[in-house]
Amino acid sequence: MRDLSAVQYRQEVAQALENAALLASINAFADRMRTMRRYLGLVEKLHYKYHIAGWFLEAAETYCEAVACLAADLTRSPLPSAGLRAFRDYVTAYVSCETFTALQAEIKQLKADLAAVAYCVILKEDVVKVRQYAGEIDYSLDVEKTFAKFKQGAVKDYKVKLSQRSGMNHIEAHILNLVAKLYPEIFSTLDDFYTRRIDFLDATIDAFDREIQFYVAYLEYIAPLRGAGLSFCYPHTSQQSKEVDVAEGFDLALAAKCAAENLAVVTNDYCLKGEERVLVISGPNQGGKTTFARTFGQAHYLAALGCSVPGRRAQLILADRIFTHFEREEDIQNLRGKLKDDLARIHAVFDQASPWAILILNEIFSSTTLQDAVFLSQKIIEKIIQEDMLCVWVTFVDEIASFSAQTVSMVSTVVPENPAVRTYKLVRKPADGLTYAMSIAEKYRLTYDQIKDRIPS
Amino acid sequence: MKAFLMHREEDFDLQRPSPPQAAALVQDLELQVLFEAMARGDDFLLKVAQQAILSSLEDLDAIRYRQEILQDCLRNPAVVRAIYQIPIEAMLNRRTGWMGIFGSYPGGILSGAVQMVQMFMDLLKRLKQIADEHADQFQSAGFTRFFAMLREELSDDYFTEVQAHLEQLRFKNGVLISINLGKGNESAGYVLRKPHNSDQNWLERLMAPKPQTFTFRIHPRDDHGARAVSEIRNRGINLAANALAQSSDHIESFMTMLRIELAFYIGCLNLAEQLTELGAPITFPTPAPTGGRRHAFRGLYDACLALTLRGNIVGNDATADHKDLVIITGANQGGKSTFLRSIGLAQLLMACGMFVPAESFHANLCRGLFSHFRREEDVTMESGKLEEELSRMSDIVDWVRPDSMVLFNESFAATNEREGSEIAWQVVWALLERRVKVFFVTHLHQFARVFYDRNLDSAFFLRAERRADGSRTFRLNPGKPLPTSYGADLYAQLFETRPELGACVSKP
Repeated sequence: MRDLSAVQYRQEVAQALENAALLASINAFADRMRTMRRYLGLVEKLHYKYHIAGWFLEAAETYCEAVACLAADLTRSPLPSAGLRAFRDYVTAYVSCETFTALQAEIKQLKADLAAVAYCVILKEDVVKVRQYAGEIDYSLDVEKTFAKFKQGAVKDYKVKLSQRSGMNHIEAHILNLVAKLYPEIFSTLDDFYTRRIDFLDATIDAFDREIQFYVAYLEYIAPLRGAGLSFCYPHTSQQSKEVDVAEGFDLALAAKCAAENLAVVTNDYCLKGEERVLVISGPNQGGKTTFARTFGQAHYLAALGCSVPGRRAQLILADRIFTHFEREEDIQNLRGKLKDDLARIHAVFDQASPWAILILNEIFSSTTLQDAVFLSQKIIEKIIQEDMLCVWVTFVDEIASFSAQTVSMVSTVVPENPAVRTYKLVRKPADGLTYAMSIAEKYRLTYDQIKDRIPS
Repeated sequence: MKAFLMHREEDFDLQRPSPPQAAALVQDLELQVLFEAMARGDDFLLKVAQQAILSSLEDLDAIRYRQEILQDCLRNPAVVRAIYQIPIEAMLNRRTGWMGIFGSYPGGILSGAVQMVQMFMDLLKRLKQIADEHADQFQSAGFTRFFAMLREELSDDYFTEVQAHLEQLRFKNGVLISINLGKGNESAGYVLRKPHNSDQNWLERLMAPKPQTFTFRIHPRDDHGARAVSEIRNRGINLAANALAQSSDHIESFMTMLRIELAFYIGCLNLAEQLTELGAPITFPTPAPTGGRRHAFRGLYDACLALTLRGNIVGNDATADHKDLVIITGANQGGKSTFLRSIGLAQLLMACGMFVPAESFHANLCRGLFSHFRREEDVTMESGKLEEELSRMSDIVDWVRPDSMVLFNESFAATNEREGSEIAWQVVWALLERRVKVFFVTHLHQFARVFYDRNLDSAFFLRAERRADGSRTFRLNPGKPLPTSYGADLYAQLFETRPELGACVSKP
């Protein structure tokens, strides 16, 4: 979205859903609506009259429950969102209208009548008899009683898990028809209900159910990450200032993976101040450079959707385009082709570039000589600065890190305490070969201090 | 239905964890020999014997309850072994006939369970018969209650009732199932019902109003239909099949319980037979409460040693009533350790309701028996050895309580005599102040002497006998500690029988 007020509108809805009670209500509503859709799906597929009507009744009941509970819950919650408040007014009116209350009453009566139906089948070889239940005692209990005296403690459960398949075969359908004959009034009312109430679903409520899922899905996705101690925040987005300032940002995809495996996630602070426009990322391989590039791009993408972003606090720009250029699979056979391809892709970006676009470049020009790479990189960075775009550039070309006042150098370092954790801190400092060499030594725990620590005195 | 042969109102718990000192006791008192004699190669008997002997009773009444039952067993070994055979046969039949599985369909489970319950019933009838024939030969409260319970619970009426169920569950008149309407009008809540008319006479059946009934027949070529009907049947009898299969398990668990409750006594019978064969005496001890201080016995011997040597061995007599501390000194190889073991063993056997290896035995019960024996391994690392000993001692102190009893065998000798004596003195003195009863076999003369010189009423001193010619009788007598343990005798004995070694050593 390129409209600040639209972002604001969504952020309000999302923030309102951060309230656990409200989110639980919405989830309960969504669950019921899903169940209802499944039941309606059954109605489409089934063959036997009373079976169809039975599932239709279930669908209608679940729908009423979903809507009634949601209306009650929304009335109780404070709603700091214009969107949600408007919906609340709608649903409150809907549940008190006559159509809805009559529907509810009919369902209640029918369910009670059907629950009271009790019948017996008597099976002997190929003969099936059906009649009303006449109060015969539960034979299993009788058996249990006889042998209870031997009981010493708990024993194994021999109940066979007979699959709870839904559906009905022709024998069951036949039996059901006979049961309908035993209880003719109840079943004719059911028939009538199905015919009259075929369109019970309200279009607005249906739409709400689908749209709210966008927010819920995102909150559910980030919930375990918050559980792992990571912060999310609603960013300030700007269309005037190009300052970026994020505390404790991280890559969402990597964090999800780490949280699942109980590994710690290293967060990074990053900013672009004043006339700074380009973050140049260098440092050792596996040092978290690509991860950082993703972090920066994701934050801006999510902000434009109106979502919360990874970080304790975030000032971002509202970008109109986010271009990415990640290196594709290396292909030795096609070096010249690849360089050409790189340039073609970059060219295409500049064709669409605007001052409010963001460009993420990851290891571009790695397929040519260092000299060429330096030359091309300098040309590209000139163009970026000229366009006044924001850019994150992961590169081994140290020269562009200090290209101009618009470029900021960040260097990946490694976590010395635990080399198994593959997420690393990036710090603002000049790119220099010495740090690079030392960080590799540190990664292998071979510095003076480490070696002393590793050898017990 | 409970057998309650091990406790008056409680099952014997085979799973109860052993007390913390159990492993040390087994090792120090060489209890494995005893367990194996009781088991006669049967792992189950071994396990029960172990559990019973290591979980001491601390209540006089509970001990007398078992003593009486065991006396009944010794009078009627054949009957008791015949009863024990019932659960053994039940387990064997179950293993060979059913392999522990009934099948995976309710129908299969039900018919399997019907057969198995039938098998159990035949054995229970035999048990009842033994009870009817021999009950009057038993006098103990335990067996009297047990036989009365069998008479009452396994009456002829009861066997008839079970037989009726086993017939009905073959469903000669069809299966009656009640069903409700679940979601989507699909059938739910299948319950197998007992038909009314099975309890009615013909007149009532004739008078009962005929309910409206619809009948249809599955076409002979309708395979799907036949399968659908059998599925309804399975759902219907699922709970009943479960109930009967569980009932069968309940009977089996009754058999298992019976086996556990009897196994201890079978082990006792096995042990009594072996000791009697060796001509070694056994007696039922007279226990005194934990707070008392009694120890008086005649002919007390180490049954484990007798079983190992396969012969009768020298027993000891002593009267050490009102004593908290018994210090045993004297000749090496004079039977001190053996005596200490016999004290420990008699204590354990008395506390689980058994007879003890002696002509007579009278002692107070204790709240936990502990042993601290010098371990022979690891002699090369002297300093490490003292640490090991002290660490074991510390474990004991973690668990010991007033009225516990601790057996020391040459403890704290892994250092020099002065330090060892000091440690031993401090340990023992503290234990006595906490009302712990102590038996201490020692060569630490200074330690023994300190207690002797104090003329304590509560201390008792025994010495291993040595004849003037240096030979041993393996008997202990009251006597004051002597500064030598006659190690020189042993040295002389060794080098006299091995002159070549002596020659070697005497070379410069």
